[in-house]
Amino acid sequence: MNDPWLPQQAVVVDKVMETPDVATLSLQLVEPEAQQRFHFDCGQFNMLYLYGLGEVPISIMDYQHGCLQHTIRAVGRISRTLVALETGAPLGLRGPYGNSWPIEDARGRDLVFITAGLGCAPVIAAIRRIIAARTDYQRLVIMQGVKHREDLLWQEQYERWREVPDCQVLLAASEERQEQFPWSLGMVTTLIDKAQFDVNNCTVMMCGPEPMIRASMRGLEAVGVSLQNCFVSLERNMQCALGLCGHCQMGTPFICREGPIFRVADIKEWFLLEGY
Amino acid sequence: MARASIAIHKLTSCSGCQSVILNMGENLLTLVQLVDIQHFIEAGVNNPDAQVDIAFVEGSISTHEDEERIRQVREQSRFVVAIGACACSGGVQALRNVKDSEHWASAIYADPGYLDSLADSRSVAERVKVDLQLWGCPISERQLIAAIRALLHGVPPVLPTEKVCQECKRAGQVCVLVSQAAPCMGPVTQAGCGALCPSFGAPCYTCFGPSEQPNCDALGERLVGLGIPANQVAERFVSISAGVKPFQNAWARWRIPLKELEP
Amino acid sequence: MNQTAFLPHRHLDKLFDLLHSDGFRVVGPTSEQGAIVYREIDTVDQLPAGLVDHQAPGRYRLEQQAHGRYFDWVGTAQGLKPWLFTPEQPLMVAREVAGGLRFEAVREEVPLTAVIGLRGCDLAALALQDRHFLQGEYPDPHYQARREQLLLIGVNCHRSAATCFCVSTGDGPEVGEGTDLVLDELDQGFMVQACSARGRALLVRLPIRPLAGGHKRRSKALRKQARVQQRALPSRDLRKPLYLARDDETLWQSVADRCLTCGNCAAVCPTCFCSRVDEESPLDASESTQVRRWDTCFNDEHSYLVGHVVRKSAVHKYRQWLTHKLAIWHDQYDRSGCTGCGRCITWCPVGIDIVEETRRLCTEVKTREPGE
Repeated sequence: MNDPWLPQQAVVVDKVMETPDVATLSLQLVEPEAQQRFHFDCGQFNMLYLYGLGEVPISIMDYQHGCLQHTIRAVGRISRTLVALETGAPLGLRGPYGNSWPIEDARGRDLVFITAGLGCAPVIAAIRRIIAARTDYQRLVIMQGVKHREDLLWQEQYERWREVPDCQVLLAASEERQEQFPWSLGMVTTLIDKAQFDVNNCTVMMCGPEPMIRASMRGLEAVGVSLQNCFVSLERNMQCALGLCGHCQMGTPFICREGPIFRVADIKEWFLLEGY
Repeated sequence: MARASIAIHKLTSCSGCQSVILNMGENLLTLVQLVDIQHFIEAGVNNPDAQVDIAFVEGSISTHEDEERIRQVREQSRFVVAIGACACSGGVQALRNVKDSEHWASAIYADPGYLDSLADSRSVAERVKVDLQLWGCPISERQLIAAIRALLHGVPPVLPTEKVCQECKRAGQVCVLVSQAAPCMGPVTQAGCGALCPSFGAPCYTCFGPSEQPNCDALGERLVGLGIPANQVAERFVSISAGVKPFQNAWARWRIPLKELEP
Repeated sequence: MNQTAFLPHRHLDKLFDLLHSDGFRVVGPTSEQGAIVYREIDTVDQLPAGLVDHQAPGRYRLEQQAHGRYFDWVGTAQGLKPWLFTPEQPLMVAREVAGGLRFEAVREEVPLTAVIGLRGCDLAALALQDRHFLQGEYPDPHYQARREQLLLIGVNCHRSAATCFCVSTGDGPEVGEGTDLVLDELDQGFMVQACSARGRALLVRLPIRPLAGGHKRRSKALRKQARVQQRALPSRDLRKPLYLARDDETLWQSVADRCLTCGNCAAVCPTCFCSRVDEESPLDASESTQVRRWDTCFNDEHSYLVGHVVRKSAVHKYRQWLTHKLAIWHDQYDRSGCTGCGRCITWCPVGIDIVEETRRLCTEVKTREPGE
């Protein structure tokens, strides 16, 4: 029997320091069969294991040419060590786990991405897939919020997306005081009013800190978007990713199993309550 | 990479935590291979002024000399790890921090004038910045090794702040509070000992310090409700970890002042 | 078809002999540290003959009675949970090798295990744990390895403790499905019912006698007696009132004030399934082991997210535990997570009573409706 607790061997093949505390690691599975077996849907996550330290869930930024990309901020004891890894460092990997963004169901609709901070990483692959099949979708709106302008990861990529037909890229910085094109001042949620999309035929995908998600829900409802058409990637203390350890329950769903991506209307009841 | 250097310092204490290190057996041999022990007086290594990566400090700040020593230790060490109830809470010596203690010195010593003690016994963290605390009276070898291992891996160790009850139940013990009405402090005491006392049928006496979210009021009320005299309940909270606020507050709530006890 | 016969009291040791000769270790009730606990036992002499338990909120006492019945007690300190979902379970061992890491699965050799003495509530809880650990996308191999080796011998309760409320959850006092043998203990012996092929194979080899009419009448009367319980949950599905109560934090303050957030309730609950994963290395770091440990939603760490604890207050913690157990379980596992064993009431150090709290919440919610 396949042991669901057993990691696969992986190795860091490349590392890019995006900011002083954010790194993108490119990982490769060591076993050729494991590489071939690996299949990833946009929005899923892996459990990354470091020797002697343990595991953390990290969303998959993209999977290209047999390389898994994980963008990680150094915040906890394991993520700090992950960010400090050098090329060639060995680690363990279980995954991918969880469900994916509804990009198939969203064909023919306007697509709206609202992300803040590192919340942009879990949607990158989805945006790339959508742009690769651009004609299958209507308008595309990409909103990203950061504290300071220099916190924005992948600035060049956002600039390239600006050139994509019918694609609106909106950026906001919450802790800047000076206006500077193309930035808006304030939270990412203030961008919703500037976004041009059909509120009756859109799919919204969100990822970021929970207060930002709550504010976005209010902003979206205010302009007439049904929360039935909004999706959010959520986070809880996932320790097993197998639906066993119980830590990631948010009311009814186990985030690792039924999530991490939820239709907002379905999770709203729990998500809006403090303490679940 | 250079080997990490460590020192084991002693302030006011019984040396029990140093003894734990000395009694580690095979682990002590491994430790000697992994790090340079610069100062460890109980093992006969005497170099108290050594600059080190990690200083383990046993004992409380109880004398003027302790105050001076701990400032030096902080200056000459990259990491300071307080080990044991004395270093983490002031220890049993901190009983003098709570009131009713003025008469003790004259009751015990023929000439208390020779004592050079501070008015209070303080934890190390109350005087200098402490990077890590390992509780216990004495510390647990298992937790110490896990902490050293983590520091050598370059990360802070994971130290549980949950209640002793959690370890007690994992060990399959029967709750002595429920089955014997014993005044067990497990529900307000931090895990780490492996529920040592309850596994011998004895109630916990707080040596790993207060757990996260200690509901001392509810536990104290329960113990009083079980018929344990209020003064005894008060004393249960301030035996080993008398220097910490939640336990002092509980003591203040249930104590009966000495003058009311004495006819 | 179930087959029933009578086994004289003095021949219970023959059941032990059969089990041993079939290669089973026997796990059964025995008295230890002032309570009845499940331990591996070798002979009937280790069973708690004549011992009766008295349970109340936050209180458990044993009393020796003159009769020699082995199963007249009602509740053990723990149910079957620690024997399957072990409190500390190594999951995987990692080693550093040339050019990388090597991961080894942990495989345990679990002996065939016959558990004797299980009650209706325990067995209902087993079915729930099976559902959680075995019937999801990723069955837990450690639970499974132990589960596959089990033979189950249930006992119908003839008495209820003051803390029992299995009648209201529908899980007792009689043993439901899923066992191999079920015993009704009478003064002279046992009414033994075989409920599986393995059970029948055991039964026919025992020195049994045909059942007499008196045996049936007596056991029926005793089981009826056990149905008289002091406590009862208001209904089996409490989602409606508890989801209303969930939304009003003030309703939870009075219990939160008394709650020690010690997690004893979750630890003794036969259905609570939470665990955390710790990483442990020896000092020389020659290997590193992932260890799963029982955890509880009463611990801060349980809901820790970078920088904050989602459920920090006792209100949030107790509310999570109770609403999960009695309401959310219906949405997750199609029934309540409570089988009425009453352990959380007995083993709560301050005697918080889940039944009383639930009744209070349901009443207070009702009086606040509508509009508030």
